[in-house]
Amino acid sequence: MTALDQIFVNLKHAIVALLPVAWQTPGSMVISAAAIVGTFAGLFAATTWIERKGLARLQNRMGPNRVGPFGLFQPIADGLKMLTKEDIIPRQADKLAHTLAPIVAVAPVIVAYAVLPVGRNMVAVNLEAGLVFFFALGGMKEIGVFMAGWGSRNKFSLLGSMRAIAQMISYEIPLVVSTLVVVMAVGSLSLVDMVEAQTGYHAGLLARWHVFTPWGLGGFLLFLIAATAESNRSPFDLPEGESEIIAGHMLEYSGFKYALFFLGEYMGLFAISGLGITLFLGGWTAPFSFLAWVPSWLWFFGKLLCFIAFFVWLRGTMPRLRADQLMGFAWKFMLPMVLVNLLVVAFWQFTRGWEFFGAGVWRWVLGGGMFAGAAWGLARLPRVGQPTGPRVYRFAE
Amino acid sequence: MVPLDQYLLLSALLFGIGLAGVLTRRNGIIVLIGVELMLNAANLNFIAFWRHRADTGAADGLLFAMFAIGVAAAEVAVGLALIIALYRARRSVNLDEAKELKG
Amino acid sequence: MGLTFPLLATVTWLAALGAVALRRPVYAALSLVVALLGLAAIFLTLEAQFLGMVQILVYVGAVVVLVVFVIQFTRNDEVPLTGLAFRPVSLGVGIAVLVTGGLIACIAGTPEWAVKPPEGPPPGMRQIGEGLMGVYVPALEAMGVLLTVALIGAVLIAMRGRSTSLH
Repeated sequence: MTALDQIFVNLKHAIVALLPVAWQTPGSMVISAAAIVGTFAGLFAATTWIERKGLARLQNRMGPNRVGPFGLFQPIADGLKMLTKEDIIPRQADKLAHTLAPIVAVAPVIVAYAVLPVGRNMVAVNLEAGLVFFFALGGMKEIGVFMAGWGSRNKFSLLGSMRAIAQMISYEIPLVVSTLVVVMAVGSLSLVDMVEAQTGYHAGLLARWHVFTPWGLGGFLLFLIAATAESNRSPFDLPEGESEIIAGHMLEYSGFKYALFFLGEYMGLFAISGLGITLFLGGWTAPFSFLAWVPSWLWFFGKLLCFIAFFVWLRGTMPRLRADQLMGFAWKFMLPMVLVNLLVVAFWQFTRGWEFFGAGVWRWVLGGGMFAGAAWGLARLPRVGQPTGPRVYRFAE
Repeated sequence: MVPLDQYLLLSALLFGIGLAGVLTRRNGIIVLIGVELMLNAANLNFIAFWRHRADTGAADGLLFAMFAIGVAAAEVAVGLALIIALYRARRSVNLDEAKELKG
Repeated sequence: MGLTFPLLATVTWLAALGAVALRRPVYAALSLVVALLGLAAIFLTLEAQFLGMVQILVYVGAVVVLVVFVIQFTRNDEVPLTGLAFRPVSLGVGIAVLVTGGLIACIAGTPEWAVKPPEGPPPGMRQIGEGLMGVYVPALEAMGVLLTVALIGAVLIAMRGRSTSLH
C-alpha cells in the first residue's frame, strides 16, 4: 500500500542517490521539474482529446475519430501540425515583445506547480508562503498577455488583451480573497499544511475537507467561478471571443508560439484546479476512510480529471457573458460575497467551543444562512421592483 | 552574506534614477514609475537593514516594507486616476498641460 | 553568494534606468517589470521570501498591469514625448546626481556599520502574522482605511473626468 503510494517519491530518491553528492540537490530539483512538466504536458495532450470528444458529445457530434482508435492520437497529430506550421511575425509587429510574450505567459504558470502537493510527500518545494507564491506567478501571466496584444500591432489583439487584463485583474481579487478563508481556518500559507489540516475523518467516515463546512462550500463555489474567469474559460472567454475579436491577444500567433499560448492556458487551468483541490477538496486525501488505501496521487489526479470534465461541461452548456455583465458580476457580486465569506469563517472559528447538543447543526445553519442570505440579497436587491417571472427570450423575427 | 554597503549603494543608485526620472520626464506615467523606483529603493534599505541586524527575531523591517508597498499601491491607483482625468480634460498625459488650477 | 548579487544588482539597475529613460512608455513599463523582478530576487537573497513574493504580486501583478492599462487607455504612444519638464535637462539630472552622490558619500563615509552578521533563521510567516495582528494592528487598520479611501478616490477622480467631458 505505502509502496504504491510512495512509488514516485522512492523512485526519485533512488535516482538522486545514484548521483555524486555535489549534484544531488540540483539533480533532485531537475527531476522534480521534469516530472511536473512531463506529467502536466501529457495531461494537456489528453485534455485536448477529452475536451473535443466531450464537446462533441454535448453537441451531438462524433468528435475526432480518424487518428488512432477513438481518435486517441489526435493530440499527436495536432502537435505535429502546430510544430510544422510557419512561424509568422507580422511586419509591423514589435518583434521583441511579440516573440517574448508566449514565454512570459507560459513560464510563470509552469513554475507555479512547484508548490502544489500532488500526493503525499509529492511537492517540489514546500514554501512557507506557497499560496502567495502561486498568486504572484499568476499575476505575472498578465504581462505576457499584454505583451502579446500590444506587440502584435493589431487592433483586435490589443482589444483582446485589454479585455483579458481587465478581466484578470477584476477576478484576481475575488480569487485571492476567496482563498483567504482557508488561510484563516488553517493558520498557514503553506499548501502542504493546508492538505495536512484536511486529513482525518468525521465520525471515522467522511473526510474533513473544507468543502464540508459552510465557509468552505461557499468559498469553493466562489473560487470556482473566479478560477473559471481567471483562466479565461467559457462562459468567461471574452478575451478570445472568436465571434467578436477573433482570437484576442493570440490572433497574430501561429505555429509553435500559438501552441505555447494554448499550452499555457491549459496549464493555468490545471494549476488553478489543483489549487482548488488543495484548498477545499482535501488535496490528495481520500473522501471516505475506507478508500484511504488508494494511492494519494491517484486521488489528486482523479479530482483534477473531474475538474476538467466540469470545465468541458461548462463550456458546452453556457453562453458567453457580455463585457458589462462580466465586470458587474465581479465587483457587485463576487467581491461582496467573498468578504461575507470571511465573516462566515470568522463565525465558524469563533463558535468552535460550542458544546451543547446539536451545536454542529446550529453552526452549519447559521453560517450557511449568513452566506445564502447574503447571496440572495445581492442577487435580488438590485432588482427590487422588477418582475420576477420566467425570462422571455425573443429571437429575430 | 553580501555586506550591507552594497545593498545601500544599489539603493542609492536606484533612488537617483527614480529622482532623475521624476525631474526630467514630463509624461505623467513615467513620473509615476520614477516615484515607484524611489519607493522601492527605500524598501530595499529597510530589508537590508532588517536582515543585517544581529537580532532578526522581530519582523519589523519586513512589515514596514510591506506597509510601504501598500502605500505605493494606493498612490499608483490615485496617480493613474489623476492621469486619466487629465487625459480626459486635456487629451494628453503631458504634465506641462496641467498648470492651470481650474479644470 | 559570489556572483549572484552583482549580477542581480546590475540587471536591476540597468532595467531601472530603462524604465525612466526609454522613450516609449510601454517599453518603460516592461523595463520596470524587469527591475521589480530583480528587486524581488534581491529580497529573496536577503531571505525575505514573503516580501519578495508580495513584491511580485503587488507590483508586477497589479501596479505594472494598471500602468500598461492606463498607457493603452490614454493612447500614450501617440503623444509626442520629446519635451522635458525640468528645463534644462541637465539641471534635473544634475540634481539627481547630486543627491545620489551625497547618499553614496554618506554610505562610504560611514567607517563601520554597527551590525553583526545575523544569527539564526529569519522570522517566518508566523512572526509576520503575529506582528501584523499584534503590535502593528493600528498601522494595518490605517492601511486598510488608506486603501479604501484611495480606491473610492481613484474611482471618483476617473468618473468626474468623464462627466465634465460629457457636458
